[in-house]
This record gives sequence, C-alpha cells and structure tokens, in this order.
Amino acid sequence: VNTIYLDNNATTRIAPEVLEEMMPYLTDLYGNPSSMHTFGGQLHRKVEEARGKVASLLGAEPEEIIFTSCGTESDNAAVLSAVESFPRKKHVITTRVEHPAVLNFCRHLARKGYRVTFVPVNHLGQLDLDFLFKSVDDETALVSIMYANNETGVIFPVAEIAERLKERGVLFHTDAVQAAGKIPIDLKSLPFDMLSLSGHKLHAQKGIGVLYVRKGTRFSPFVIGGHQERGRRAGTENVPSIIGLGKACELAGAYIHKEATYLKGLCDKLETALLNCCPDVRINGDVENRLPNTTNISFEYVEGEAILLRLNEFGICASSGSACTSGSLEPSHVLRAMGIPYTAVHGSIRFSLSRYTTQQEIDRVIEIMPGIIRELRELSPFGREKFFCPPE
Amino acid sequence: MWEYTDKVKETFLKPKNVGEIPDADAVGEVGSIICGDALKLFLKIDKGSGRIIDAKFQTFGCASAIASSSALTEMVKGKTVDEALEISNQDIADFLGGLPDQKMHCSVMGREALEAAVANYKGEKPPEKEEGNLICKCFDVTEEKIRKVAVENHLTTVDEITNFTKAGGGCGECIPNIEAILRDLWSFKPPEKPAKPKKLTNLHKIALIQEIIENEIRPGLQADNGDVEIIDIEGNRVTVALRGMCTGCLMADVTIKGIQDKLRELVSDDIVVETYQ
Repeated sequence: VNTIYLDNNATTRIAPEVLEEMMPYLTDLYGNPSSMHTFGGQLHRKVEEARGKVASLLGAEPEEIIFTSCGTESDNAAVLSAVESFPRKKHVITTRVEHPAVLNFCRHLARKGYRVTFVPVNHLGQLDLDFLFKSVDDETALVSIMYANNETGVIFPVAEIAERLKERGVLFHTDAVQAAGKIPIDLKSLPFDMLSLSGHKLHAQKGIGVLYVRKGTRFSPFVIGGHQERGRRAGTENVPSIIGLGKACELAGAYIHKEATYLKGLCDKLETALLNCCPDVRINGDVENRLPNTTNISFEYVEGEAILLRLNEFGICASSGSACTSGSLEPSHVLRAMGIPYTAVHGSIRFSLSRYTTQQEIDRVIEIMPGIIRELRELSPFGREKFFCPPE
Repeated sequence: MWEYTDKVKETFLKPKNVGEIPDADAVGEVGSIICGDALKLFLKIDKGSGRIIDAKFQTFGCASAIASSSALTEMVKGKTVDEALEISNQDIADFLGGLPDQKMHCSVMGREALEAAVANYKGEKPPEKEEGNLICKCFDVTEEKIRKVAVENHLTTVDEITNFTKAGGGCGECIPNIEAILRDLWSFKPPEKPAKPKKLTNLHKIALIQEIIENEIRPGLQADNGDVEIIDIEGNRVTVALRGMCTGCLMADVTIKGIQDKLRELVSDDIVVETYQ
C-alpha cells in the first residue's frame, strides 16, 4: 500500500534538497565549529550561513536567531527566560488551546507559585481578546500565545496582540511552530519579543529548533554550559541539522505563496467533498483565519481511533482529537476548550497537507472516506435515526 | 500507536455479529457517547433450554472496543445464560490474544453489557447508577464498580484501576479516593496470588524454578553484591551455589532457607534447597 501522508502538522518529510545539503556534514565534515583547526572551524561559517537563511525567512537579524534542540525547548526557554529576567513579576498569560510545550510548562510554574491565566476561546477557536487584555497587570512577566493552532490550524491575531502589549511594556512570545514556513512572518513589522519554531515541521530534520529573541530583549539561558550561540544556548551545535534547517527555510521562503494557494485549493476540495459525503459532519475552527494546510473535521457518532485505523489500512495517515488517540483518556483539550460537543470531539480527524501532497492523494481520500464512515456508523448505536451516507 | 494483536486488528476490520436483533429477548446497554465508548448488546434466547441462540452488537468506540464487542458475541453464542455469565473481562481479552493495558476497560465494558443484558432477561432492573457512590465524575464510575473490577482482576494500583475502568483518567481529582478504596479493599486480604500449579511436569517445574530464582531471588541478592546460581534440579532437590558477597557469608543458611520458602510457596511444598558442596 502506498503511504498517503496527511499528518504534516505532526511531522514532515525531509525535503530532498535539505538532505542533500546535510549529507557532507553527516559524513566527511564532522568537525566541531568551535575548533581552532580549519577542519572544524570552517563549519562555523556554514552555521552562520544557515542562521542567515533562517533569519531571512522571518525578517529577523541573524544574531537574533538561537538554535535549540526542538520546538519544545524553544518554548520552555522563552517562558523560563521571561520569568527569570523579571523575578518580581509572578504572572504569566497563555491560552487554553496552547501546545503542551507551553501549556504544561505554565502549569509547572503554577505549581511553583506563579499566577497563570489561561485565555479561553470561542466555538470557532478564536481568542477572547477582551479577557486577555483585562488579565494583563503590573505583575505580568510574559504573554505567550501560539501563532496558529496545531489541531485546528486557526491563526490568532498575534500582530494586534503584540502591538497592544508593546504599548503596555509586557513581553510577548509566540509559538510559531505550525505557522513558520506556511504563512509569511515578517518580524520587522511584527513586534514579537520571542518566537519559537521547529525544523521538522517545515521539511528539515527532527531535533532542531529555533528561538528568536529580539535584540535588546533580556534573556536568561535555559541550557547552561559552553559559549555556543553566544552563551545563550550551550551545547555543541547540531551542525548537519542547522545546515539542513537553513536550506529548509530557504525553500519555504521560495515556495510560501505558491504553496499556500496550492494547499488551500486541496484542503477546500477535501473539505467540501467530505462535508457533502454524509450528514452530521462539521468543520472545527475558524475557516476564515486558518493555515492553508490544515483541516479538522468531525464525523459524529463514530470514534476517531476507529476511523484512523481504517484509514491506516489504505495507507492514509491522519490524526484525531479523540480520547483513544491522545495517550490519555481525555479527548483533545483544544476542541473541548472550543466547546465542541463530545459527540463531535471523539469523531474528529485532522488532515494536514504539505507541498508533497498530490491531487491524486486527496482524490483517493475522498473516495475512501465515505465508505469508512458508513461502515463505522452502521456499527454505532448512535445517530441511527439519521440518514446514513448514500451508497455510491 | 497502540500495540494491538493481529486478532484485535482482524476482528476490528471485520467484526462479526454487527447489528440489532429486532425481537431480542435481552438487551444490555452500557457506556455513553460522552465517555467515548458505548456498547449495546442484543441476545436471542431459547426459552426452553435457556441457550443464547443469537447475539448481535452495536458499538461506538475505538478499535479495541469494537473488537471486544465482536468477541463477546462470538463467545456467548450457544452458551446458556448462566454459562455466559462465567465469561470474565479477562476471558474477552484472552479471546483477542490480549489487549494493551490502557485498553482493558474495553473488555470490562463487554462484561458489563453482558451482565446488563442478563439482568434485562431475568426481568431485573438494571442497577441504578445514582444509587452508587460516584467516584470519578469525568467517566461516571461508581465505588461499587471500582471495587468489583478490582477484586475480579486483582488490581492494586490506581493506574490499573484507570486502565480497567477509566476512573481517575480525566481530571484526576478522584485519585485520592481511588487510593482510599484500594487501601480499604486490600488492607486485610492481600490480592490472591495465582494459585500454585497443581500438577507439574518436570520440564515445567524446572522452568518455573528458574524463572522464580531469576526474577524474585537474584535481584535482591545482587542488590547486596551477592548472587546465586542453579547447579542442578533433580526431582524436588534444587542445588544452588551462592556467589559474590554471599560466598562464605554468615547468613548463607538464612539465604538458602529464604530461597526454599519462596519455592515452596510458589512451586511445590516439598522443594528442598541445598548448597553445592
């Protein structure tokens, strides 16, 4: 069975160009950029070139880019730096739909005595901005709000939020792990103090992340040790991955507009077809403000894990917000925060596309999906009074 | 991804006995759409013999819930109602070649649906949930259910209770209450150990002795820089040699006696352990 990979918000394929760029540094050029000899020292220049490419994708200065080991490290480092830099300020604001990398770190702070405000969202997954701005006070050390949500793809008005926080002198961090490379980000016009991104979400290698820290922002390092990354992130540089990420950012920058149009077309086609294939299907999240590659669809009366395992038989990879797939017994915290009924949360499926997704693959999903839903609904004791999918 | 057995996958992809029995003699309904799984079991029962002549199900849930439901219907068919009630949740899991720990609650749901259907057949009212002391508000689990499942499956930890009943798997607020129930349940009567095997072939006995020495005896000795090695097993005579810090230790006799007691407890009453001379 050919794999149809529609789970790109989980991780992505390494772009062939990225792999090619990395290969010499995984084989012959294995030196340490901190070394005095040419063999190692020459890599320093390559690392700085990559830093330049990452900065250029984001409209940042190279010295504002810190390489880390992953998105989670970047998020942890950002939040921790803020509270350590302002020891008198004991309040942090984030959202109820944040990625666990920020959410659970904030809960960790709450256990240590910090006050943490979790901003709610409405049924479309839009942030309650009034609530957010009312929560800001003199004690607020940081506001951390994701650029776009990983489960629904909903994009938050981070530009507006950052502007208003800047007026009030409050530090702002955004987790742009899902947004970077998918929608244009220009830090010259966006007043973010910190931003996180992750390599493997934009066709680079796993194990490489970036934390952007605006020039002049106080920073307190998370990983302490050697002088690497100008003392802001110790540990020998992951040279091949850094070089790969540089290439991946260059590609993302080159493709971003064309890719967005292409993916939006595919996503819309998939959504329209699935919405029409059977009754009691709904799209979760604000479709007007959404990443071009993500769609989150609920099929009522059936359970997500069952759908995923049936799709798996056809080589189709997606993910679900159902309890059985979350690794815990609770379904998606994002969909629950949105007030999506449980009947729909359990049957939610996320498809996330990439530049490598083809028309044929989307057509195949459109062909397979109605049968799977029909069969599972025939098994289900719920929704039986409703019409089933019409037979093909 | 869950590690499902081939049997679970096969049963999930091609479940048997799906649907309703319009003129069913018994219907058992458990779970809810909010909790994430629900099962409706239909039984057709021959009045004269009390035998289950047909069984069908409808299930909302994950792959293991669907597979457990299908397994249940296959297992009850042809049995009398009383015979069917002998089926435990572990039997359902075993029928499927086992379930992942975190999915055992699917087999418990099967067992509950069976009980509900039989109660329905006998004209008993289904036990009222409200009457029980509700422990887990997230998944609607009562103290009675926790106690019952704990006793039936020898569960001693909160994690196990969560795997089998989901209780404690949501907000976690009820975990102290579950701990209290478990303490109360097991404080006077520790969970029954699996009964001593009745009749052992020599081969089995040797394997069992090796396993016990490997898993239960050696780690303790090794922690004190000692060790033990099996030299020979002949009938009920087990010859061992103490190693490391145990060699020449003044407490060697006590150690040997300890090994003998353990083997007598778990293998056979007439085991004799000797040191190799």
